[in-house]
Amino acid sequence: MSVQTTGSNGNDHGSPVPEEIDYDDPRTTRFEKVKAAARQDGVEIVHYEPQYPEKGSRLERRMSRTVGLMFLLCGLFGTAFVVLYIVWPWRWKQGDVLMKYYTPLLGVTLGLMCLFIAFGVLIWGKKLLPREVSIQDRHDGGSPKGDRRAVGQTLAYMVEELGVKRRPLLGLAAAAGLAPVAVVIAAPVIGGLIKNPHADNQLFTTGWAPINEPGGGTRLVRMTRDDGTPIRPADVSVGGQMTVFPGIPEGATNAHADSPTLLIHLRSDDAAVARANNVKGTGHDKFDRSDFMYGDYIAFSKICTHAGCPASLYEQQTNRLLCPCHQSQFQITNNAIPVFGPASRSLPQLPLDVDDEGYFVARSDYLATVGPDFWERP
Amino acid sequence: MKRRKIDLKTLPAKAGDEVEDRLGVATPLRGIINKVFPDHWSFLLGEIALFSFIVLLLTGTFLTLFFEPSLKEVVYDGSYTPLRGVHMSAAYSSSLDLSFDVRGGLVMRQMHHWAALVFMAAIIVHMLRIFFTGAFRKPREINWIIGSLLFWIGFLEGFTGYSLPDDALSGTGLRIASAILLSIPLIGTWATSSIFNGEFPGDIIVSRFYIVHVLLIPAILLALITVHLALVFKQKHTQWPGPGRTNTNVVGERFFPRYTIKQAGFFMAVAGVIAVLAGALQINPIWLFGPYEAGVVSAASQPDWYVMFLDGSTRLMPAWQINIGIGNGYVIPPIFWPTVVLPGLLATLPMMYPFIEARLNRDNKIHNLLQRPRDVPQRTALGVMAVVFFLVLVLSGGNDVIADKFNISLNATTWGGRIGLLILPPLFYWVTFRICLGLQQHDREVLAHGVETGIIRRAPDGRFYEVHQPLGHDHAELDYAGWVVPKKMNRLGALGPSLKGFFRPLERPAEAPVSPGHPPVEGVPERREIESKH
Repeated sequence: MSVQTTGSNGNDHGSPVPEEIDYDDPRTTRFEKVKAAARQDGVEIVHYEPQYPEKGSRLERRMSRTVGLMFLLCGLFGTAFVVLYIVWPWRWKQGDVLMKYYTPLLGVTLGLMCLFIAFGVLIWGKKLLPREVSIQDRHDGGSPKGDRRAVGQTLAYMVEELGVKRRPLLGLAAAAGLAPVAVVIAAPVIGGLIKNPHADNQLFTTGWAPINEPGGGTRLVRMTRDDGTPIRPADVSVGGQMTVFPGIPEGATNAHADSPTLLIHLRSDDAAVARANNVKGTGHDKFDRSDFMYGDYIAFSKICTHAGCPASLYEQQTNRLLCPCHQSQFQITNNAIPVFGPASRSLPQLPLDVDDEGYFVARSDYLATVGPDFWERP
Repeated sequence: MKRRKIDLKTLPAKAGDEVEDRLGVATPLRGIINKVFPDHWSFLLGEIALFSFIVLLLTGTFLTLFFEPSLKEVVYDGSYTPLRGVHMSAAYSSSLDLSFDVRGGLVMRQMHHWAALVFMAAIIVHMLRIFFTGAFRKPREINWIIGSLLFWIGFLEGFTGYSLPDDALSGTGLRIASAILLSIPLIGTWATSSIFNGEFPGDIIVSRFYIVHVLLIPAILLALITVHLALVFKQKHTQWPGPGRTNTNVVGERFFPRYTIKQAGFFMAVAGVIAVLAGALQINPIWLFGPYEAGVVSAASQPDWYVMFLDGSTRLMPAWQINIGIGNGYVIPPIFWPTVVLPGLLATLPMMYPFIEARLNRDNKIHNLLQRPRDVPQRTALGVMAVVFFLVLVLSGGNDVIADKFNISLNATTWGGRIGLLILPPLFYWVTFRICLGLQQHDREVLAHGVETGIIRRAPDGRFYEVHQPLGHDHAELDYAGWVVPKKMNRLGALGPSLKGFFRPLERPAEAPVSPGHPPVEGVPERREIESKH
């Protein structure tokens, strides 16, 4: 099958100007007029054939009945949508079965309504309208050469007229003078948004920092549940763990998103291992952790050092803590160093103590940086 | 006084004249009506994206009427009793109200979410079609770049929208996004605190994302889509090679009526499918996740599918931290590579691909005819390699679910992903390359020797052989024309067309079956000679 090209639709835009036809001439059919109009746009309708050679044939009648049916079904589902929208019970009620079908019914009736319009329109277009093949010339390669030259010369002339080349001072002055304009546009946007990340040392402090008392001295922060109640050692059973928050106003809210901490009551032999490793200091930070534990209790930041998700899946048997976002795993009994996955830094450990009333407190803030890593972390 | 009678017959013509006198639209309108569009099912993939974008605009506008973009703390007091009395943000509370206290609100929310998923999927599939058929070549490189931009901007649009309801999943997504921003060397902390107005999560991020999601990005998307379509219109659509189809013409149907009718029907079909999905398949049931709290997350927390490849790359990345020992010491965390560098490469390399390929082939010609993937084995293999790379990342984004459902060790799935990411793409490159060559060879073989008929003959000397039906006259070997080679006898008309009708045929069938999409075409020149007498 060789590809045919014609001399008239080459790249030279030399296609002949189609002759005008008289659109009022009653001797030409309307289709001939349509063809003539198409030819004015470089379009040749080369094949135009009704799908049903004889008008009103059985097949054609059947097709138009099908299209009609589609539109009727569309109306049916559209009506169903409106009726269901109004009468079906839709408010959420505990244990109500009918209400649960409200959204599915709306979606399906709406969808079927649209689909039946689609089927009706598509069958109409594809099965009832005549088949057609039209050919249109492309005019690639841009504007005619003369036009290109004209625009090029005009632009070049404009540059000449401005005389930037002859008057270098003008160009320099304009560049120097206009540069601040760009800054002026950017300044309010950037200036308004920009916020110092090191204000209040916020990257390195959490809600666990001891509170400065008005009368001097500091008060240690208690560990609390999310409802604000403090925790005694007896509240966490052996092998158990609990998410604790700093006992300060809004301590359990997202205002202190870096403070959630996992308090774990290790079994005594695991605790011995953990304590020994604390002393050895195999963690990724250089702090002395030898007295961070309280008895068999140990506390680590719950905020993953990888991407900041709460590392919350604690496997009691292996004492591993898994972050469900990217599967970093931390060995709790070995300073919570990462043993698998993309995290590269151990979880910061919170120094534990119990106050006079027997409640857990944080002896100080975290010494290591909590949460995802960043460039200027020392 | 006699009233002038209105002549109904001449009314349309008169009205048209009046409009024309004022606006002068007849000439451009004629051009648009007569514009020829080539037809092939694969040319409709981009339309799915366009139509789901329209659904997104419509449903999204509905949602804005009820959504409150604020992190102000409220106590929930709506119909959904399990969450009554819970402290949450106004954003989450109003999203719950949209789901439970706005009649039909949930179906709109679900349509919006499903339309977003379909939008992104359609963009990907459309881009694959463009890539594998070489439709990005000159003169269409600009549209390829706009298309790639549309994907990434759509990605941001999806992410900002996902973050708005402030449920546990969206908050976790935001947390990870803040970690990704933090990881950028030098400017990470500054960028993060500027966007979140301080430490994560702050109290303004939802309001900021809201205006980005409903105004800034949609405006950019709309502008880019407009330019994209205008360029398709101006440059005219590509077409497959075939009888009568050349690099300098377009063979197909005129814009009006058939093409327009098909587009209208197709829009309703896309809208219908999205509505059925929204009704039948629940998506993002935020009331089950609860409000976002920094200390709460559940296992199997996956993002929307088009973000999963990033989740996967983050999971697969080994814990390689780079320490720079100057001053207090500086850090490039491992999360920087899979979430900033990798997407950066994935965004820029494909945009440059048309120019790279043209450079390598020293090809400066204008291409309006598409290529079959098999005819360009290197490109096809490269594309399959990229798809496999992407799929390994997507699957790794759900490796915890895979590990759970198939009872595999979680760490093994991670290692499987790491190794697969390095080994599978080159392997698939090689396999695809060989398949392409094999298909090419088979095309040539059929063109040279004809179609297998399935008829086995025995020669007088006892040999058995299969009769081949030659395609050319006098057993001449045909040249390959870049289009489908018939390989079965019924493609050559050996099998009659199926009859319509249940009990008896409704009509006599047409004589010879016509290959779909290829009605008999007579060349232009003959028609020209007869009709335009020049």
